[in-house]
Amino acid sequence: MRARGRQLVAGAVSASLGVALWQAIGARPTPSVSLPTLVRDAMPMSGVTHDVTAVLLNFRSYDTLLEIAVLMTVAVVALALRDASNQRAPARRQQLVLDALVWRLTPLLVLVAAYLLWIGSSAPGGAFQAGAVLGGAAVLLRLSGFPIAPVDHRFASRVAVVFGLTVILGVAIGTLLAGRSLLEFPVQWSGALILFIEAALTVSIGVVLYSLFDNAPQARLSEPTSAPSKPDAEPGR
Amino acid sequence: MSTLAFDLVLGAALVATAVGALFSRELFRGVVLFVVFGLLMALAWVRLQAPDLALAEAAIGAGLTGALLLDAIGHLKRRRALSASGDRAPGDRGPVDRISGDSASDHRASGSSTPDEVAE
Amino acid sequence: MSADRWYAYVGVALIALALYAFLIHTHLLRRLLAFNVMGSGTFLILVGLAQDGRGVDPVPQALVLTGIVVAVSATALAVILVRRLFATSQSTSLPEDRPA
Repeated sequence: MRARGRQLVAGAVSASLGVALWQAIGARPTPSVSLPTLVRDAMPMSGVTHDVTAVLLNFRSYDTLLEIAVLMTVAVVALALRDASNQRAPARRQQLVLDALVWRLTPLLVLVAAYLLWIGSSAPGGAFQAGAVLGGAAVLLRLSGFPIAPVDHRFASRVAVVFGLTVILGVAIGTLLAGRSLLEFPVQWSGALILFIEAALTVSIGVVLYSLFDNAPQARLSEPTSAPSKPDAEPGR
Repeated sequence: MSTLAFDLVLGAALVATAVGALFSRELFRGVVLFVVFGLLMALAWVRLQAPDLALAEAAIGAGLTGALLLDAIGHLKRRRALSASGDRAPGDRGPVDRISGDSASDHRASGSSTPDEVAE
Repeated sequence: MSADRWYAYVGVALIALALYAFLIHTHLLRRLLAFNVMGSGTFLILVGLAQDGRGVDPVPQALVLTGIVVAVSATALAVILVRRLFATSQSTSLPEDRPA
């Protein structure tokens, strides 16, 4: 009976929200400025030719700075919650088809990520897509049982996680020290600076996304079982 | 006109897969439908003339989120199987009960471990 | 109705459905799924409403791109927390949602 009441209340709340949003979308006011026009007029000064990349890395680069800071924070929290006994040494069988597919696929994925990063200045692409592909490649390696290094307390791991935030913060502080406003690139260098920042972001995003997958707490019973329980040993995978 | 028909069908498919993902009886099926929802969202971004968003949604929304959630479900199932019967071999799935999040146990006032709620 | 506005309406439907699922379910992973669907609906409204009758607008697209990446990292963190909660308390729902 209480569950039925809960369903009714939830239904009423979500239905009313839906109706309110519907009305709001229908009654949309006309905007005072036209953002596409503003962006198009400012494109020659941005250093790239693709509008979304220009907005993301130049006009609204502060949002990107905050976003990579959020990613790094989440990676740090995941690292803190990491099981100290996160043993993942697999006694992996050789799986011919999977191994052949994965070691052929991984270099292609890295190449695709590099291509997406490079093409982001003139076509759809950029740091986030490239970083996601890199992270996906690392997760693929992990799920196939390849001995890919975990992201833990070692120096190399920590450098990889903070690399993106450090670079974009460094550029931001550099622009402040040069007397400009925050992240205001000099026009003749903006293309190079954008690519530099995007490369660092790609590395960090790939490492962080992989670490979020890898550092998930493992099942650890009070009495040790015969083999460490880990997700990639599940039969029927 | 034909493109609007495609948009109508795609929008309906989005809502249908969302309903399946949210209200599916088994959590595993819900997550699989969520991955499908992510791929349909990538198509929607293409229709909205946002190819960057389509790339990101396909890679991140469908790929990584799907992997994360499936990994979590597998982990929860095995953990419950191991703790329910400690002398079983790891990886040997025990009775899949409410820990897999089956909706039969959500709406009622149910206990924390009732192994008879096999909704598989 | 233009395609952009139609997708904005689809986003409204997704938000309403996902909010209902979020309020109904007690299993935390299901709530996470609902949260993600709500996020996707919000992104559809952001881009669809901005581009309705005004052509391709790169600013909301850039904002949504940021949003997608932040959403996946928040989801990953939530999954880690749920697994941690499960490891310590053997339950996948919050204490106030469990039966007494």
